[in-house]
Amino acid sequence: MTKYNLPVGPQHPALKEPASFWFKVEGEVIVDVDIRLGYNHRGIEKACESRNYIQCLYLLERICGICSHAHTTAFAQGVEEILGLEIPARAKYIRVIIAELERIHSHLLWLGVAGHEIGFDTLFMYAWRDRETVLDILELISGNRVNYAMNTIGGVRRDIDQAKREQILGMLDPLAERVKFYTDLVTSEPTCLARLENVAPVPADKAVALGTVGPTARASGIKVDVRRDDPYAAYAEIPFEVITSERGDLLGRAIVRLGEIGESVKIIKYALQNLPEGPLTVKAPRKVAAGEAVSRVEAPRGEDIHYVRADGSDHPERVKVRAPTLANLFAVGESMKGAYVADIPIVIASIDPCFSCTDRMIELVQSRTGTSSVMTWEELREYGIRWYGHGHRS
Amino acid sequence: MSRVGRIFPELIRCLFSPPATVDFPKSEVPVPPDYRGKPVLIQEKCTGCGLCARDCPAAAIEMVEVGAKRPKPAFDYARCAFCAQCAESCRSDAIEITAEHHLAAYDKEGLRWVPRYEGTKEKPAES
Ligand code: SF4
Ligand code: SF4
Repeated sequence: MTKYNLPVGPQHPALKEPASFWFKVEGEVIVDVDIRLGYNHRGIEKACESRNYIQCLYLLERICGICSHAHTTAFAQGVEEILGLEIPARAKYIRVIIAELERIHSHLLWLGVAGHEIGFDTLFMYAWRDRETVLDILELISGNRVNYAMNTIGGVRRDIDQAKREQILGMLDPLAERVKFYTDLVTSEPTCLARLENVAPVPADKAVALGTVGPTARASGIKVDVRRDDPYAAYAEIPFEVITSERGDLLGRAIVRLGEIGESVKIIKYALQNLPEGPLTVKAPRKVAAGEAVSRVEAPRGEDIHYVRADGSDHPERVKVRAPTLANLFAVGESMKGAYVADIPIVIASIDPCFSCTDRMIELVQSRTGTSSVMTWEELREYGIRWYGHGHRS
Repeated sequence: MSRVGRIFPELIRCLFSPPATVDFPKSEVPVPPDYRGKPVLIQEKCTGCGLCARDCPAAAIEMVEVGAKRPKPAFDYARCAFCAQCAESCRSDAIEITAEHHLAAYDKEGLRWVPRYEGTKEKPAES
């Protein structure tokens, strides 16, 4: 059978680690995948070196609109470690609350995107409608729907007073109900099962060997979670479960993410009810003495690592960020071998790289004759839905 | 455990519930009172120290000569990221974060605000 090369990407304006996937396909089956990184490089790390620590926070927050709090938490923790600062307990709890709200909003966003990729647009719209609750809570606390700007070096910038706490607690229960409904829906609706069950599984040993993190790893039965393994902020004091699934396939990733929303709701409730009294910040000097620190946090997509080196001035000498998608891309590339072309959108979307929000070009090059045809992401998505609709592979 | 039609009750419920979106600009979703909107300068309080400009991450504040003793901050709302850091950095509480968020303008100049200084009294310029 003729082998084709099927390039996907590299322009993904919505993704923080833009990637180009080169699929080698034999008929409908993917036999090999090549991932190329490094497009759309924004130079944020370099730009940090010419800004002071306060400005860096806002710049790093904009690495990603969805994991913004994870990035600032990681950076602030790193700088606080160099400074030897211990932030107040109240600030730790507020960091946890925002982080978990961010996780809920990210996972619900993912659920919608996944629904869209498999042609279940009703799920997409309902999930995004319900996600508004979380964005409203975030706006209520921080004054912003995205890029909440809650962290500062030495603590958090805004308090959550009693009235707000009660208001938020009232909004969380209906949300938890909705998530229960979605979990039930995704695990029982034939459309979801046909597209998610046993598609592109990553077995546990491969997930470890390829260094997956976050929900992608946990869906392969690996119990890794920075919140449990290396507790930061107030996670050591808050009880929660690490959700895992033994499935390894796309359905497993959906189950893990939806289960995590439930856990996040519990964490937020606990943190709101047990919020310690006290100040929000400790005073941090503008100049940071020479030193270096590595700090990690569990972002919605997995382990996010920041490295900071200070040289005694008011701006960092070096900042390095390893965001979770980078760790997950390769396992996903591996797992695609043996999958179908029609599965490409949902498999890539399954690691939640905010990949699917934009149209992009796909070029079909026939390797022997060199002819090529061009498809957009949207066409590929429709192709996938049609392909399954015609009852291939059942 | 595949069950057809799990979504139907939800679909029917949604048929009879009001839309989740609003008809902007005829109506709009209200913002909370401490929303982080447009930062405004309270000129009487400003000492012209320039701390706000130093910490603004978006270079939205420029210290300009207005004829007063020291330069005063001018805002470029096209650049502003609405992070409220300027208000936090200011030691004289001279910057207020308002809930104002209808900031669209026809050109870039319409998004700039430069303080005006008349004699000994400082007066905010019109927009
Ligand atoms: S709100 Fe932030 S971006 Fe806007 S002027 Fe103030 S410091 Fe600059
Ligand atoms: S920090 Fe405050 S007092 Fe200083 S220039 Fe800015 S607005 Fe004026």
